[in-house]
Amino acid sequence: MTLADLLAGVIFVALNAYALLGGADFGGGVWALLASGPRKQHQRELIAHAIGPVWEANHVWLILAVVLLFTCFPPAFARLGTLLHIPLSLVLIGIVLRGSAFTFWRYGGAEDEELRHWGVTFAIASLITPLLLGITVGAIASGAVFGARDPDTAFVAVYVAPWLNPFTLSVGLFALVAFAFLAAVYLTLEAQDRELRADFRGRALAAGFALFGAAALALLLSGRYAPLVRGGLIFASWAIPLHGLTAAAAITALVALARAAWRVARIAAAIQVSLILWGWALGQYPYLIPPDLAIADAAAPAVTLRLALGALALGAAVLLPSLAYLFRVFKRGPAAPA
Amino acid sequence: MSDLLAARSQMGVSLAFHIVFAVVGIAMPVMMVVAERRWQVTGHAIYLDLARRWARGTAILFAVGAVSGTVLSFELGLLWPGFMGLAGSIIGMPFSLEGFAFFTEAIFLGVYLYGWDRISPRAHLGAGVAVALSGAASGIFVVLANAWMNAPTGFELVGGRVVNVDPVAAMASPAAFPQALHMTLAAYAATGFAVAGIHAFLLLQDPANAFHRRALEIALIVGGPAALLQPISGDIAARHLARHQPVKLAAAEALFTTQRGAPLTIGGWPDIAAGENRFAIEIPYALSLLAFHDPHAEVTGLDSAARDLWPNVHAVHFSFDLMVALGTYLALVAAWAAWLAWRRRDLAHQRWLLRAIALATPMGFIAVEAGWMVTELGRQPWVIYGVLRTRDAVTPMPGLIVPFLTFTLLYCCLGVIVCWLLYRQILRSPAIPEWRGFYMPGRS
Repeated sequence: MTLADLLAGVIFVALNAYALLGGADFGGGVWALLASGPRKQHQRELIAHAIGPVWEANHVWLILAVVLLFTCFPPAFARLGTLLHIPLSLVLIGIVLRGSAFTFWRYGGAEDEELRHWGVTFAIASLITPLLLGITVGAIASGAVFGARDPDTAFVAVYVAPWLNPFTLSVGLFALVAFAFLAAVYLTLEAQDRELRADFRGRALAAGFALFGAAALALLLSGRYAPLVRGGLIFASWAIPLHGLTAAAAITALVALARAAWRVARIAAAIQVSLILWGWALGQYPYLIPPDLAIADAAAPAVTLRLALGALALGAAVLLPSLAYLFRVFKRGPAAPA
Repeated sequence: MSDLLAARSQMGVSLAFHIVFAVVGIAMPVMMVVAERRWQVTGHAIYLDLARRWARGTAILFAVGAVSGTVLSFELGLLWPGFMGLAGSIIGMPFSLEGFAFFTEAIFLGVYLYGWDRISPRAHLGAGVAVALSGAASGIFVVLANAWMNAPTGFELVGGRVVNVDPVAAMASPAAFPQALHMTLAAYAATGFAVAGIHAFLLLQDPANAFHRRALEIALIVGGPAALLQPISGDIAARHLARHQPVKLAAAEALFTTQRGAPLTIGGWPDIAAGENRFAIEIPYALSLLAFHDPHAEVTGLDSAARDLWPNVHAVHFSFDLMVALGTYLALVAAWAAWLAWRRRDLAHQRWLLRAIALATPMGFIAVEAGWMVTELGRQPWVIYGVLRTRDAVTPMPGLIVPFLTFTLLYCCLGVIVCWLLYRQILRSPAIPEWRGFYMPGRS
């Protein structure tokens, strides 16, 4: 493994953390939108309460991935920014609306009516942003974001077609369902009373099964739209063990939910989503952006990579204890039995 | 509107919007921490109320700053792929460090905002200090990246490709120290005076209000010293420009011809065709004196560069004069307040001083915006000074006016909402009646 591979791995770890933490915050927004039943208001309160202290920190994983990407792999960043300009701009609008609406909702000191508007803005932005993030990932995985193009190519062919097709949409749907699944599983652990917990168990189970459906759909469509990643996912030597582990984690999560083992469910769900992400990464290795930009080709000079690694070590020395402290203060284990 | 102009406008709007929240995010936590510390020492609940109100304000402003900062980090690639493709490996370093500093800030802000009842008072104050320190650090790291664009070092360009990259040398560019110092002081001065100004205004209407008295005091402690030191750091920055970015200084001063014993020109209307600055006030020898500390030193004029390498002289010159005028006003008011405080006068009863401070409310922020206009417009047509032109860095995607208008509209709406929320949540006087009449004699 080269230094560049290592740093690409680190960037992917940051994306993985963003999916597990920031993704769950998006999922929370989805459940705030879909809140229903007699405990509708309690569900929303629980979600806001769970997200509040940690969500700014969760968001920074994305920024970390972006700055590391443009430091260590500048050509990849330049290409993504150029060819995926439209979906990434839409992601940004979603992030802006979501982040500000959440804070206005919680800190605006508004009256009921206005409060609801912020809550709704937050929830809708939470629905759209994961969809677009998934679409972006789908576009990269499908190998449509390639470099050399005829300068006369039409606008739509260059800037729209790579990210707007059935496969990318199915990946967007998958991301949305995965985030909602994570959020519901986490919330079973956050809930203080039995009924609220049951609400989110039901939602987690539903989302867990929907996730199978979304995964099957994406796999089906990948045959036509993303042959490279699909080939990796099916024929590589690691493919069968990886799928076995993913399936085991998925089943563990669902069984644990059914048997009210909330902590086990949380860990299994996180492992399940992580394994799926790493399946994508391994499927397109050694390409950063398939089909033509390999990790080695996009890498910055070795001195930059070494310094970035040093900065990472230094940053981690400050960051990891701080994060551990944050989560220890606000996410201290299972809630007391109701 | 050309795509290049649309891209530049979108970047400009994004930066101008974000800088306000970044500046507040650097200085507001300091005031919050000072208030909380005073509460812990004195036990006066008024300080706790202040700390909590400022924390709420910080929460709103930080959230908007975080998302608008995210937008900027993406826009570097969305709008300027040519720049990032070339420069990413050279100046990614300060951005990565900024990422970590920002991460730390976000973590401890979460602890601070939600941890009032969960952790010990000492740990809570410590979290506030961590927010203030990491906020300042992340601001400095971003400015280091910008400094490199103004005075690029730490690489060689061979046949369009960068070689011999030295990210550490790039971080320590000649512009790094002057810019980082100037910007950090500006953050404290602008925020301190904005908060002081609001409370001075409210004190004029309600002079006995102890809440506003304490708020004014803390805001001046944060903003005053920074405003007093800012002219010195401005001098350092100008002398840096004279040596390393002479065209920018020449545009700022509307100095068309290179000359010895150059005068300082204030105001006027630069006549580009005639190559002179009409109707300006001129102070003989002053520019040479300021730029090189020698009245007869030679100062480089715009004539040193080809016409197509000039920045927009009008915009840079007016922005520069505006920044200097506002900064001078803040420094004078800070000196006035310091003099009265030193004479042990009660500032809350100095009505003329309060009026002067109230007038200063927006000035620091306007000066910050004008200062960035000087830095950024003054570097044009280059995105990396002397290395890469802005027009060669822009994305090939057509139709950039659409994202420009979209983000501008988004930011306009956000700006209005934030102002409204701050007004409702933070600025209104506390309704607790006993604090209105509760007269606390000024110690300062």
